[in-house]
Amino acid sequence: MLISEQKPMEEILGYLNGDRSVFLLGCDGCAQASHTGGPEEVREMQGRLEAAGKTVTGSTVLDFLCERAQVKLGLVPFAGQVAAADSVLVMSCGVGIQAAAASIDKPVHPACNTLSLGGSRGEWQGSERCMECGDCVLEWTGGICPLTACTKSLLNGQCGGAKNGKCEFQPDLRDCGWHLIYERLRKLNRLQLLRDAPINIKQYSRMQPPKEIRNTPRWSLDVRA
Amino acid sequence: MKLTELFRQGKFVVTSENGPPKGTDVAEMLENAEAMRGRVDAVNITDQQSSVMRLGSLAACSLLKQRGIEPIFQVTCRDRNRIALQSDLLSAAVLGIENVLCLTGDYVGLGDHPDAKPVFDLDSVSLLETVRRLQNGHDLANEELKGKPSFCAGAVVAPEADPVEPQIIKMEKKVKAGAQFFQTQAVYDPRAFESFMGQVKHLNVPVMVGIVLLRSAAMARFMNRNVAGIRVPDALIEEMDKAEDRTKKGVEIAARLIREMKGMCQGVHIMAIGTEKLVPAIVDEAGL
Repeated sequence: MLISEQKPMEEILGYLNGDRSVFLLGCDGCAQASHTGGPEEVREMQGRLEAAGKTVTGSTVLDFLCERAQVKLGLVPFAGQVAAADSVLVMSCGVGIQAAAASIDKPVHPACNTLSLGGSRGEWQGSERCMECGDCVLEWTGGICPLTACTKSLLNGQCGGAKNGKCEFQPDLRDCGWHLIYERLRKLNRLQLLRDAPINIKQYSRMQPPKEIRNTPRWSLDVRA
Repeated sequence: MKLTELFRQGKFVVTSENGPPKGTDVAEMLENAEAMRGRVDAVNITDQQSSVMRLGSLAACSLLKQRGIEPIFQVTCRDRNRIALQSDLLSAAVLGIENVLCLTGDYVGLGDHPDAKPVFDLDSVSLLETVRRLQNGHDLANEELKGKPSFCAGAVVAPEADPVEPQIIKMEKKVKAGAQFFQTQAVYDPRAFESFMGQVKHLNVPVMVGIVLLRSAAMARFMNRNVAGIRVPDALIEEMDKAEDRTKKGVEIAARLIREMKGMCQGVHIMAIGTEKLVPAIVDEAGL
């Protein structure tokens, strides 16, 4: 199970600063179990956003947001509500946020930090998407994680090693993650985000799952099994 | 002396670079450095260039400094975490090293120890920020330092990268983080460089154009295929191909490029990659 926590409300409102309207996307998988993105949390979030003066054009909670095909299919009935929103707030793990970003041609904001895989991987097979860093940066990077998409896990932009959009390491296999981020943000007309992003000196201590998680019965059962 | 001082004096600054040996025999490295004495303002010492394990940049810089040749300490983020990087910066300061070049570093998989654990705890931008914080008397944990270093901190950029915009965005970040000068990846097209300089004019930071000495047409083709941010135009490749004396032709092309681009920037960084003894000839022919 992917264990997530909701980001502080002021951080989320900071992300939504330039947006008047937002569509809310929750997850009926691990995010519901973590109480960070199930139906109840999405309802609460809607109330808090409306209290902050935002228009919520609609919301839905999909089964396993980490499965990109499910996200695409699941959003079809909500296409109008998504289109009417300035952006989409995704309440799930980092895989779900990236699956949403890859399915929607709009800015996607992360509402959660992913703390731990806690036993199982996300469902978007084929590549690794989330390192459970506990301090999600997807807001600044167009919904593509630089920790997993960049071979060097660079956080402050493209290195000098990319050629033709490919990584200096195994260019036949690897895209340059920062090239993908650049292209996505350019398409969304949001390159300014790269300029505005604060210099990131990562708190790698947050990659250690917090003590509270280690103390849960689920974790201990899993470890001792 | 800090390079910033030379830029302030309005000098067209000339640097070259030198790679430490794989092993403890430093004779050849020092010979190469000796050949550049008085001909360049400072010499970069590479930090495990191309992720190949060698003698350390810090020790080699110290050897040059002892001999009165100004070193530029290249520091990459590939092999050390923030504790080791900060410690090495403090060590450099007490050894009298005044210029540092902050780099991310090549990926470990490109070098001779592909099984090594890649570090990249910091990157070029956050390393520059680290230098700044140390200079302000605190480390990254915000602990107070007993005695603080003072450096001229530089960084790199690839003017002929395609697309160049992400490079420029990162260059802006490096300036914000404290970069005081830039050395560029090799440039072979003065028009492209002129356009690049136009796009970074607002940053108001000295830029030293990078020159890699061509040794053959095959080398140029190899770089075009494999080296990021380098584009040798066909005309230059043809020139090398037809040359009777390739060494002479390489020096001539390098000098010509410097003359053509001198007016567009604040200095030149000459990379002779193993043929450092040719650097004085390039400097002479370029009229520097």
